[in-house]
Amino acid sequence: MAALHLSNISKKFAEVLAVDDLSLDVADGEFVVLLGPSGCGKTTTLRMIAGFIEASAGAVRIGARDVTHDPPYRRNVGFVFQNYALFPHLTVAENVAFGLRRRRRPEREIAERVARALALVKLEGFETRMPRQLSGGQQQRVAIARALVIAPDVLLLDEPLSNLDAKLRRDVRAELRRLQQLSGITTVMVTHDQDEAMSIGDRLVVMNHGRVQQIGTPQALYRHPANRFVAGFIGRGNFLAGAPGADGRSFVTRGGLAIICARIDLGADTLLIRPENIAVHPGRASGVNCFAAVIEAAVFQGSAFDLDLRLATGETLEAQVAAGNAAADWTVGQQVTAMIDPDAAVGIVSSSSLPA
Amino acid sequence: MVRGRGLSERLRRLAFAGAVAVSLTLILAPLVLVVWLSFFRNEILSLPPEGYSLRWYGALAEQHQFVTGFQLSALVALAATAAGLLVTLPAAFALTRGELPGRAAILHALMSPLIVPALVVGAGLYLALIEFEVETGLPVTGTVFGFAAGHVLLTIPWSLRLLTANLAGVDPSIEDAALSLGATPLVTALKVTLPLIWPGVVAAALFSFVVSFGNIEVSLFLVQPGQTTLPIAVLQYLEWKVDPTVAAVSALQIALVAAALLITDRFVSLAKAV
Ligand SMILES: Nc1ncnc2c1ncn2[C@@H]1O[C@H](COP(=O)(O)OP(=O)(O)OP(=O)(O)O)[C@@H](O)[C@H]1O
Ligand SMILES: [Mg+2]
Repeated sequence: MAALHLSNISKKFAEVLAVDDLSLDVADGEFVVLLGPSGCGKTTTLRMIAGFIEASAGAVRIGARDVTHDPPYRRNVGFVFQNYALFPHLTVAENVAFGLRRRRRPEREIAERVARALALVKLEGFETRMPRQLSGGQQQRVAIARALVIAPDVLLLDEPLSNLDAKLRRDVRAELRRLQQLSGITTVMVTHDQDEAMSIGDRLVVMNHGRVQQIGTPQALYRHPANRFVAGFIGRGNFLAGAPGADGRSFVTRGGLAIICARIDLGADTLLIRPENIAVHPGRASGVNCFAAVIEAAVFQGSAFDLDLRLATGETLEAQVAAGNAAADWTVGQQVTAMIDPDAAVGIVSSSSLPA
Repeated sequence: MVRGRGLSERLRRLAFAGAVAVSLTLILAPLVLVVWLSFFRNEILSLPPEGYSLRWYGALAEQHQFVTGFQLSALVALAATAAGLLVTLPAAFALTRGELPGRAAILHALMSPLIVPALVVGAGLYLALIEFEVETGLPVTGTVFGFAAGHVLLTIPWSLRLLTANLAGVDPSIEDAALSLGATPLVTALKVTLPLIWPGVVAAALFSFVVSFGNIEVSLFLVQPGQTTLPIAVLQYLEWKVDPTVAAVSALQIALVAAALLITDRFVSLAKAV
């Protein structure tokens, strides 16, 4: 176990700059999730850490070791592949034992550690099965056991849950978090599912076009996204174009609404308001950030209503409000007042990237 | 409308079955015919046969050239197969795994014996071996080594095609997994990749053996007086006589290859490899 340091690493394939000047420090025992749309360079970053490909520039350090130019078999890194990549010609036990055999451990130690690893992923009794005789979820667990049994300094997971069905995915997600905390292993996982990232990671790294957009805890990214991309990728949001007002406390939208907000970044050109931070009242009301609106669409979601509101300025807002009893249902065309929580509205720059 | 669709569907199936039947007949008829002929009693080949007998098989043992020809052919085919695999296995790895500049050109060059007429290969090889003998004083023409050196050229394209196709079918992340678990590239190739392409290796060996064993064009240039391979012995026999003896030789050869295929298929699924 060790900390992981990526210093200004880049990877260029022919003309494509797949990863562009990425720096990231993962503390010993931390669980970091790389998040971003398809093709943004997540897998490439992970493969540079594992050593399957060499960084075109920059340095990779594991603990005190500079492994930038080391081949994968000298890095002591565990890798779990999206398609599991089990050895199809070896039994479950032999798959898990593979790394220990390469390390020439004594036979008794191998047997013990394999048994412990399989117990950890709850696969006792599957030792003599072949990979093709396992379900997807079971193969996944063998892959995790195989990577963990060698006591790697860093565990890398490339979309490990994407081939599982929704129900299983939740279970394995919780299981993965439990295993990680139990083993205290420094972990980097890749996903393009923001729910998964938020629920499992200590910190998230949001990437786009090979560049880091923001690094931070799930809360920090959700509440204070560095730019429009991060705000749109993590959770839903309303984005109103405009400029900071003269008073320094408000943001004036293109339609002319002055909205008081908690934070306005330097050079902000977009106001982010999360749907759940808009309260909706029937009829007319007045107060801070209260605006008259008409309901254009109301979708019942069980515990909440998703409302599309049109303001007098013609701008639209998406609001999510708790669903009460039937008497309090919302109807299309209803005149309402939208109240925007000043503490939750943030003025952001649409295109900046601030690796923090 | 539904009936119409059913009818045309049935017609299409019928046409397909017919095409399959014709193709299979074209492939199998000569084999069946040869085996059938080898049991005719009459010396002059004519239909219908006058009766059946095993005399031609008995006669084989007395035909010295068939026995020694068989021995030489088998020996050469084994040597060419082994040498071919020694060349094509590393080559296939390099061609599919390495970042080799000019991969396509190298692959085409190695496949070229398929395009050059075998007679030309034989003639060229003969001249080269003579030159080699003159330069070094080592006798090579007419040795198993000389034959194998020639036949290996014929086995390389087959073997390489099969091996590269099988290697391309191996999921690269399985090899990456081995590397990340501490296996060096060599250990990965031996412990992971090779077991996965094993059916392809066996198929490549079988193809190589059969191609070398049946070759006549290259061998004709390499034999020394008094020496013969099985196909040459058959050719020479046919120059003098047309009786069921050659049919018996061929039938034995067919039986041998069929047995080899059946036995290996028990251990590795050849259908997967080719
Ligand atoms: N071996 C390669 N050769 C050339 N280009 C590559 C190679 N591998 C990746 N790329 C390119 O680099 C970019 C980043 O790819 P990468 O696989 O890292 O994306 P990703 O974030 O993992 O995407 P996904 O979510 O779809 O898996 C893409 O534009 C891809 O086309
Ligand atoms: Mg990927």
